[in-house]
Amino acid sequence: MLTVSMTVNGKQVSKEVEPRTLLVQFLREQLGLTGTHVGCDTSQCGACVVHLDGTSVKACTLLAAQAEGAEVTTIEGLAQNGELHPMQAAFKEHHGLQCGFCTPGMVMSAVDLLKHNADPSDREIREWLQGNICRCTGYHNIVKAIQAAAQTMRG
Amino acid sequence: MPDSGVGDRLARREDKRFLTGKGRYTDDINRHGQAYAYFLRSPVAHARLKSVDTAAAESAPGVIAVFTGKDMEADGVGSLPCGWVVTDRHGNPHKAPPHFPLVRDKARYVGDHVAMVIAESLGQAKDAADLIELDFEELPAVVDIMKARGSGQIHDDAPENLCYDWELGDSAAVDEAFAKAAHVTKLDLVNNRLVPNAMEPRAAIGEWDPGTEEYTVYSTSQNPHLLRLILCAFVLNLPESKVRVIAPDVGGGFGSKIFAYAEETACTWASKKIGGRPVKWTADRGEAFLSDAHGRDHVTHCELALDADGRFLGMKVDTTANMGAYLSSFATSVPTYLYATLLAGQYTTPVIYANVKAVFTNTAPVDAYRGAGRPEATYVVERLVEVEARETGKDPAELRRLNFIKPDQFPYQTPVALQYDIGDYEPSLDKALEMIDYKGFGQRKAESEAKGKLRGIGLSAYIEACGIAPSAVVGSLGAGVGLWESATVRFNATGTVSVMTGSHSHGQGHETTFAQVVAEKLGIPYDNVEIVHGDTGRIPMGMGTYGSRSLAVGGSAIVKACDKIIEKSKKIAAHLMEASEADIEFKDGQFTVAGTDKSKAMAEIAFTAYVPHNYPEGVEPGLDETAFYDPLNFTYPAGVHVAEVEIDPDTGITTIADWVAVDDFGNVINPLIVEGQVHGGIAQGVGQALIENTVYDRETGQLLTGSYMDYAMPRADNFPSFRVETTVSACTHNPLGVKGCGEAGAIAAPAALMNAITDALGVEIDMPATPEKVWRAAQSRLQQAAE
Ligand code: FES
Ligand code: FES
Repeated sequence: MLTVSMTVNGKQVSKEVEPRTLLVQFLREQLGLTGTHVGCDTSQCGACVVHLDGTSVKACTLLAAQAEGAEVTTIEGLAQNGELHPMQAAFKEHHGLQCGFCTPGMVMSAVDLLKHNADPSDREIREWLQGNICRCTGYHNIVKAIQAAAQTMRG
Repeated sequence: MPDSGVGDRLARREDKRFLTGKGRYTDDINRHGQAYAYFLRSPVAHARLKSVDTAAAESAPGVIAVFTGKDMEADGVGSLPCGWVVTDRHGNPHKAPPHFPLVRDKARYVGDHVAMVIAESLGQAKDAADLIELDFEELPAVVDIMKARGSGQIHDDAPENLCYDWELGDSAAVDEAFAKAAHVTKLDLVNNRLVPNAMEPRAAIGEWDPGTEEYTVYSTSQNPHLLRLILCAFVLNLPESKVRVIAPDVGGGFGSKIFAYAEETACTWASKKIGGRPVKWTADRGEAFLSDAHGRDHVTHCELALDADGRFLGMKVDTTANMGAYLSSFATSVPTYLYATLLAGQYTTPVIYANVKAVFTNTAPVDAYRGAGRPEATYVVERLVEVEARETGKDPAELRRLNFIKPDQFPYQTPVALQYDIGDYEPSLDKALEMIDYKGFGQRKAESEAKGKLRGIGLSAYIEACGIAPSAVVGSLGAGVGLWESATVRFNATGTVSVMTGSHSHGQGHETTFAQVVAEKLGIPYDNVEIVHGDTGRIPMGMGTYGSRSLAVGGSAIVKACDKIIEKSKKIAAHLMEASEADIEFKDGQFTVAGTDKSKAMAEIAFTAYVPHNYPEGVEPGLDETAFYDPLNFTYPAGVHVAEVEIDPDTGITTIADWVAVDDFGNVINPLIVEGQVHGGIAQGVGQALIENTVYDRETGQLLTGSYMDYAMPRADNFPSFRVETTVSACTHNPLGVKGCGEAGAIAAPAALMNAITDALGVEIDMPATPEKVWRAAQSRLQQAAE
């Protein structure tokens, strides 16, 4: 067992874990943050995307120990003071989700995209989302939602 | 009611919990004291088990129990049933070999369940499973469905690996029609096998309470009541009153979560065996690939005969369908009653004959996947029509128009059993052609060619039968269940309403759509209506969600329950206003006495019903009504999809340049949600046609496409944006006039896309049109042109 400490959604946490514990297991099982999902075992689907020091990562591809000392933001930490983040609001308004399973990862990826590119084209959005699989929406409304959020966030 | 009634593009109320990470899926649930299950699966496709030695595993650290088929057999555990009996050409029922949750004599596919290990942690369960020693005699694997009948037998009671040889239609009449034909088009088609791949893997928790002797099952199910029925009546022999099945938030299903599987059965059974500790199992993606029921997998020869004017004279279809190693819950109905009955499409083809042979192979069970039989039927009909047009030099759109059933021909009796109540096909065709600028295609093709690219356009005029029904009819065709739906509408004393529905939402947005229906119907605020689903402990009865049935059947049950509420409320209103019941009118949530200004609001009536101090004689207190709705017929959504593609002959890459869909779903409650359903359906259909394919090794039966590294899932950059419109011919026999929209895209899309791709290439290829296949076809065409 080893002790890992990090900041998750603004809160300092410290837990004993088995060395092989993945970050996604740490979040779901140790911290009860079940908004981060597991959709595959080959690092392909993106249901597990969280932010590590402000950058999107697949939490199934990282050991919890690798996040030692980091700032982690999960989907639970995105809304501030009960207000949906503009990306969350846009997904709702444009029906960018159906079953909701891919959604946390999609939203976290999309937020990171806009950090890199505040005004992406549809093509750029679609290419950025290659690492996030959605089986429900056909992506149409996801692209629309991200465009709408980008516009809101550009002000 | 502002913007929250029928027809409004209301954003979904369920989204907030999903968007903030507060959804509650089965794997998010942890029960006090739970243990973890892991299944040891067969590493080979076909083997006779000699022994399963679990001694070492049982004494491994953290292990609570190890179970095999022998333990289940000793405990009287039954077989997972197939709920639809298909009667073959000779009047015999289909072969229904036993399907035990844990195998007893033989393993019949890679992934078949050999043993179950329960431990304190998942890691310990997996480690212990490695210690189980299997001794088996490997048998030759039956993989190729066209060779299945001549291969070694998988089940003792299914000679030639034949499940059934079934037919529909008048074969002699079809032969006669073909004898008179001016032209016959013949096609050989493969409908490729797919893995449904809902993003949430299946999961279950079984829990037995030693005090009350009740079981609670948490499961990723599309139909919790049906799962309860199967668990109780067929597999575990329990009273339904002692079993509660909860299907909480479910992350997509597409059919694969309709069925009762080995794993939830085993977890439920095992919880009692280990003294009542909850037993949890969650599939990893690899297990999902191996053991979720797959979809499609047909090989078909089909022919369409035309007269000299281009009218369809008759159709012949010969299909071999793969059932996999065992019959999944509804497997037998898919290539028969959900397939051959749709072969008339939107056309007046007067005679049709279909012969379907279903065979067993050493592969995972195959069952309903989004569209279930109807995509396969549409693929046959719409590929035939398109190729026929090409062969006879006719415009494919006009050939379709000529043969459409005309509006004045409804109700229309097809030669393949169904009677379409209503439809109007030309407006959808016209709108689709206009949207895609059909006339301008030649110009666009020339522009593509100038860049060295190939361009093609393809149509698909599909029909589907949704809201599967009526119970008496499906019963006479072999269904083992009724296909009604139930709803309870309960006013609470303070005026809020709880609606308990037997439909189950796993992405469809029922919590929003159904609330819109109820708010409009009862004239109360949308926010006062709560939709409850997915729990046999809270909902009286239900048949679940599949076959685009929720609104047409479940929604109709809700409307019927609302009608009962209004009827009773009128009695109470009449009493309160001292009027005769016959004079009470109800509109927009107000009961009024005709010709007066007296009125009472719905909420006041509800309050009176629970505080009945001044109350009509003979009327029971309370305002809580349940209704069951058994439809009179299927509903028949139909429409036209057009795909336009550009192919790079140097790389074989197909780019979807444009996609238009015009669908007639009858009345639409929430257009935002309906469009989303169409988008998602198209994406799955495009996935099938372009990249998805399930491949088993022909010799060994190993699954070669068992992960997202090998099975190509459609991603955002595979698609353009879709242009989606609707036309409306309201369903004539349900109170909402709705037809269903969940499967249309998946039904229409493969034919549209393959028609476009083969139009561009000028040669036939099978799905999926992977770059390699397309490149080879394009190169051979170029070579031919050069010679
Ligand atoms: S769980 Fe699929 S990429 Fe992480
Ligand atoms: S919304 Fe279901 S997988 Fe994306």
